[in-house]
Formats: sequence, C-alpha cells, structure tokens
Amino acid sequence: MSFEWPWQYNFPPFFTLQPNVDTRQKQLAAWCSLALSYCRHHKLYTLDVMEAQESPMFNNKKIERKLSMEAIQVVFEELRKKGNLEWLDKNKSRCLVMWRRPEEWGKLIYQWVSKTGMVNSVFTLYELSNGDETEGEEFHGLEDWMLLRSLQALQTEGKAELFTMDDGKGVKFF
Amino acid sequence: ISLLLSAVYFSTVYFSVYSLAKIVIHLHQVPANKEPGPYQYSKYSYIKLSFKEHGQIEFYRRLTEEMTKKRWKNTPVSQPIPTGTGSQAGKTRAVGIVGIERKIEEKRKETDKNISEAFEDLSKLMVKAKEMVELSRSIANKIKDKQGDITEDETIRFKAYLLSMGIANPVTRETHGSGTHYHMQLAKQLGDMLQAPLEERGGMMALTEVYCLVNRARGMELLSPEDLVNACKMFESLKLPLRLRVFDSGVMVVQLQSHSEEEMIASALDNVSEKGSLTAEEFAKLLGLSVLLSKERLLLAEKMGHLCRDDSVEGLRFYPNLF
Repeated sequence: MSFEWPWQYNFPPFFTLQPNVDTRQKQLAAWCSLALSYCRHHKLYTLDVMEAQESPMFNNKKIERKLSMEAIQVVFEELRKKGNLEWLDKNKSRCLVMWRRPEEWGKLIYQWVSKTGMVNSVFTLYELSNGDETEGEEFHGLEDWMLLRSLQALQTEGKAELFTMDDGKGVKFF
Repeated sequence: ISLLLSAVYFSTVYFSVYSLAKIVIHLHQVPANKEPGPYQYSKYSYIKLSFKEHGQIEFYRRLTEEMTKKRWKNTPVSQPIPTGTGSQAGKTRAVGIVGIERKIEEKRKETDKNISEAFEDLSKLMVKAKEMVELSRSIANKIKDKQGDITEDETIRFKAYLLSMGIANPVTRETHGSGTHYHMQLAKQLGDMLQAPLEERGGMMALTEVYCLVNRARGMELLSPEDLVNACKMFESLKLPLRLRVFDSGVMVVQLQSHSEEEMIASALDNVSEKGSLTAEEFAKLLGLSVLLSKERLLLAEKMGHLCRDDSVEGLRFYPNLF
C-alpha cells in the first residue's frame, strides 16, 4: 500500500512557513500529522535531520518545493512539544520519532499477550519484536529502544516486570 | 663602547697561552669640569677588554696612538648627542630623552594656543546666533499675540523663513494637532486637488506619487516633503474626505475616506482565486496599480487570513488561504 499524501502536500504555500499566526498553526498541525503518518507507514523510528530534508517527506519534487531547514526545526519542535519526538543529541541532528507513544505500544503488546493467553509467561525482548509468533502484529519489528520504553510503561502500570538474563533482557507479564 | 675618554690614563696588556688576551684600561679620577656622560659613577676604576681570537695587538696599537694624539680634544667640545635644529642661545641645552620630551611639550603648548585662537571667532558667532534666535522668538511671539503690525502675508513668509532656518515655530509646538495656518490651507488645497486622481487610481495613492503630482501641478512654489506630510496629517482634523495612512511596512499612502478596506481585500481575494495564485507584480498589472500598492493590498489580505504565501526561489506568490 503506497503512502497517501494529504492535499496540502501539493499546495505550494504548504512549504513556506506562514507569517499569519492562525494560518501557521493550521499549517504546523498538518505538517506534524504528515510527518507522523509518513514515519508510521515506513516504520521509521529515528530520523536524521539532514537526510529528512531530502526525503520525500519534506521535499516534493513534483511541485519543486521543499521545507527549509528552519521550518523543519519548527515542525520538529512542535512534535517534541506534543511528545512525539525526542532529540538524541544536543546539536539536534538526530531524533527519535514516536508516531505511537510508548504507552500506546505497551497497550498493544499487552493486548496481544492476553489475547494469546500468555499472561504470566516470560518472553525475551527479541521474541517479542522478532519472534515468529508476533509476526503480523503491529509491534513486530519494533526497535529495541522503543520496545524497552513500552515495556517500562507497562511496568509502571504494574502489568509487566523487566529483568536481566544471561543473554539479554526479559519480561514477564501479569 | 663609550669610554670616558678624558679619564683614560694608561693601559696594560698581558698575554697568556692559556687564557684569553686581555687589555686593561685604567681610568683616572674624573676632573671637575667634565661633561655628563652615560655613567656618573662606577664602582670600578678600570675597563677590561677580552679578546677571544685575535685583534688585541692591533687594538692596543691604535689605542695607544689615539691616547697620544688625543684627537678628540681638537673637535669642539659639544654634547655627545646632537640637540636638533634651531636651538637658540639662552635656551637650556636639551640633552637626550629629556630634551625630546621637552620639545614635545613645547609643540603641544603651541598647538593648543593655535586652536584656541582659531575658535575665538566661532564663539563670537555663537553669541550672535543666540541673539538672533532670541530675536526671532520674540517676533514670533508677537505674531502669536497679534501685537505686532505685520500683515498676514508677511507672517506666513516669516514663518516660512523660520522653518527653513530650523527654528521651531511656537504656534505649531504648543497647539499640537491644529498645526500652522500654512499647513491647514495646504491641506484644504490638497483635498480639492487629489479627489480626481485618487478616484482614478482606485482610491489610494502612495505619498511619493502625491508629492510628484502636486509639485508638477504647482510648477512654482514647490512643496517640501515635510510640508506635504504635515498637511496630510491634518486631513482628519479638518474633516476632509482624505486620510493619511501608514502601513506596517512603513509605506505611507493617501486614501479616500470613502474607500473601504473590506472591499479592497475582497477584490484581492477574488482576483487571486480567479487566477489561482498571483505575485505582487501580476496583481499590479491586473489592477493598473503600482507594484508597491498592490503588494500592500496582498499583504493586508494575508494579515486578515484570506491569503497565504508561497516563498520560493521563483519569488513570492499569494494563494487563497485553503488551510
């Protein structure tokens, strides 16, 4: 299934940071949702800012418009404020994109665990993200750092417990 | 080396295979009338010259030669360091660094004197100018109080002179908002004159356009930009159907009071929607306006949220705000 671009993507003013405050708010909201859905579609969990500027996400070759570096930073700041983005370094060159927040991931995982009757069982992290049994689940292929955070979220809710084993980390669901 | 030559007495030489050749010059006591030299006193009564390789024999020979000839006594006993040009008799002989310092000080005093002399005339001028300002102020006050017997015409001319000299007219300053008689008349005149051109141009003209138009029409007795602005500022208070308006960008325009903002914006939006998008230049061509004014219109529509902008290498375009 190919990615469906929102109508704004082909509207040239979308790529210019609007000076009118109200217009800008609507513009940024559209950009945030575009960025998140693009990352979700392509299962991107981290972004490099320089690469992002050239990626189709911010660069529409068809209408020959792309977001300026300044505008990209503004969009990323919006995402950060909403809790969907985290900077990996002080220079703001790489970031984690959480098109789904850890709590939401945790919920999905727990749902699968209870659905398959695996409550009270123990899993390794690898099994959860890359095991055969989880194939087809949305969280299959989830990157380690995200998986860890989601399980930590579940842990705070009291639904899971993380522990370390010989060859890695494991989790038990309650 | 500068030896205290008048004090050199005699010298001895001794050789040694194992040590460096040395010449020792013993110094005599300083005679009373001796000139000051590099050193006033020295602990030692001799100078020792040490020769590393050779040259001591030659040096000794020449030294003794000079000692016998005492050639230095033949030259006039003048200062070891020259004084510089134009040292007159009676002036203290400047020697060394002290001399140089003294010279600098003298030069500075001279410059100071010159400068104060030059500015003496200016201070006289300042005094006179002050008198003039006082005079003109008193006359202006008399005019205000209608105590002088000067005709209206002359009053206006006098005020014009005052303005041109940069002296503020007390009438304008005190009665803020009502302005001078001159400006009021001017404003009325402008009101009559600008009606037709404004209507032709869609109700708005940049102040620069007004300036050109008015001065061209007048031929003689041209207006200064300042006068024009001051007159325009009075439109509202004189209840004339014109307005002076300043945009955010600083552009000043004269517009008809009847000219409505909403109409302007609505028409801008219509035009842009019809064409899909417009640049300021295209809009100007469409409406027959100057580029400056058409840009202001588009910016205003953007501010109201009806238009949005597309800023790229191709230029600045305006689109209807579909957001």
